[in-house]
Amino acid sequence: MNVQQVLAQFVSTGKETVFHNRHIKPQIYADLNGSNWRLKDYEARGGYQALRKVLGLDGGAGLTQDQVIATVKESSLRGRGGAGFPTGLKWSFMPRQFPGQKYLVCNSDEGEPGTCKDREILQFNPHIVIEGMIIAAYAMGISVGYNYIHGEIFQTYQRFEEALEEARAAGLLGNNILGSNFTFQLHAAHGFGAYICGEETGLLESLEGKKGQPRFKPPFPASFGLYGKPTTINNTETFAAVPWIIRNGGQAYVECGKPNNGGTKIYSVSGDVEWPGNFEVPMGTSFAQLLELAGGVRKGRQLKAVIPGGSSSPVLPASIMMDCTMDYDAIAKAGSMLGSGAVIVLDDSRCMVKSLQRLSYFYMHESCGQCTPCREGTGWLSRVVDRIETGHGRSSDLELLNSVAENIQGRTICALGDAAAMPVRAMLKHFMPEFEYHVAHKTCMVPAYV
Amino acid sequence: MISEESKARFAKEVAKYPADQKQSAVMACLTIVQQELGYVSAESEQLVADYLGMAPIAVHEVTSFYNMYNQQPVGKYKLNVCTNLPCQLRDGGKAMAHLKDKLGVDNNQTTADGLFTLQQCECLGACADSPVMLVNDTSMCSFMSNDKLDQLIDGLRAAEVKS
Repeated sequence: MNVQQVLAQFVSTGKETVFHNRHIKPQIYADLNGSNWRLKDYEARGGYQALRKVLGLDGGAGLTQDQVIATVKESSLRGRGGAGFPTGLKWSFMPRQFPGQKYLVCNSDEGEPGTCKDREILQFNPHIVIEGMIIAAYAMGISVGYNYIHGEIFQTYQRFEEALEEARAAGLLGNNILGSNFTFQLHAAHGFGAYICGEETGLLESLEGKKGQPRFKPPFPASFGLYGKPTTINNTETFAAVPWIIRNGGQAYVECGKPNNGGTKIYSVSGDVEWPGNFEVPMGTSFAQLLELAGGVRKGRQLKAVIPGGSSSPVLPASIMMDCTMDYDAIAKAGSMLGSGAVIVLDDSRCMVKSLQRLSYFYMHESCGQCTPCREGTGWLSRVVDRIETGHGRSSDLELLNSVAENIQGRTICALGDAAAMPVRAMLKHFMPEFEYHVAHKTCMVPAYV
Repeated sequence: MISEESKARFAKEVAKYPADQKQSAVMACLTIVQQELGYVSAESEQLVADYLGMAPIAVHEVTSFYNMYNQQPVGKYKLNVCTNLPCQLRDGGKAMAHLKDKLGVDNNQTTADGLFTLQQCECLGACADSPVMLVNDTSMCSFMSNDKLDQLIDGLRAAEVKS
């Protein structure tokens, strides 16, 4: 075997993580098999019909910009990247009459630990993102867009480039799309290993060819974005939801989920479950059911805790999680956030100090260094958790951790500071006895830790 | 010092951006350089700076900010093993330990034959595939049990002997 053949043996087929038939009413992952990602396959699944409907090429009158935005508002689609901001409302902030260039950006810089859904959308259904972006560009009167893709998934970036070429060749991108007077150019860009570029203004800086240090807001990207021009940024999964909404209507999308939490959502379930993977289910599905789709807690162990929305979201103990439904409002009410929909499951063999140790190291490593509370504070958090874990903790350390976290949260330009502080505070809040035990006994309270 | 093929790729990247925003292509150009030469040297930064009309220090700001750029030469195969929490829960640490043992190197070290550089890394965005490992910034290898790691290392070594 040559080198390429050796490496090819280990490429994921998606069989375990997407093509497992354990989705519930999927829209984005529906009818995929790993090889049917090309334009002709997407069209056979009804792809680009939404675009034809918008442009009036399906025998109908077409949709105006206002009608598209109104439909997305009605759908109650909320941003799938982490913040959960209403997408239609965001689109309405775009100054459509602005005379100069405007930009549309897709945030595919999926680096929030636990999250691996956008990679599989782009790998196995890239045209759904392209179609969603074309419709968004139409609605906001934008002629140029970029999809900024996580550098670590370079193969997926190459796949997306291939899909773009197909779309251009078919007249779906470029000048006068499908013979209409609408023009939209879309390009792919990639990161190269900086978590911070998932933050939208850090991403814009990176797209401008700089280090990805976030910008102070306001001004918001809608008025001062890429190259200082009005810019709308949405997550990959958000764009991927749009074609279904246009085809079936906003109300139908709400009915897929629950009020204020429309549609389906892809949850990336990782950690201590039998079958880690991505599961597309209606918003409002119970956590218990999602856990069951992932095969339950592995090896018959008991559920201890769940980090429900990516590593930045506050951890919740099993008792709270088992009563939760998976939607923005329910998880917020329970004291955490749905974030990117990355569900990290921890079983009863896990030491929470050790788990936090790894997360705190991550935030220290990825702090961009721009704001003092984050640059210094993430180092403090990491070092203090580390010494507790390694048996050198002091009794004053627990108070110190809370104090440092308080001095970071809300005091930085972007949310990375909050993302570093929130897991610390939540771990202490829910699992204080484990931290106290570690300090007092210089060892772990959870004997079965593997 | 870089091939015509790489230069053609530079041009393709620059063409994505407005004519007065060539700097936007800097990350892609540095990636192309790394793919061809294995790392980004000061000379390569100068070359990219000249090509894009940037100050070399502005290019260096980019090289030194993003984790995946190699600022020093690395082994022929750079192995990045994710050990972040979701992977830690599913044998990411075990994979790292196994590779350390098998290759006889520590984190951030290169084997004496210059073939392998081993690096622990942060989230690769393939958490459900854990243990995951990225080879040479491009090939994502999934479900890397110790057996598969052996198969990969032995396979690459065999491919090297053949060539």
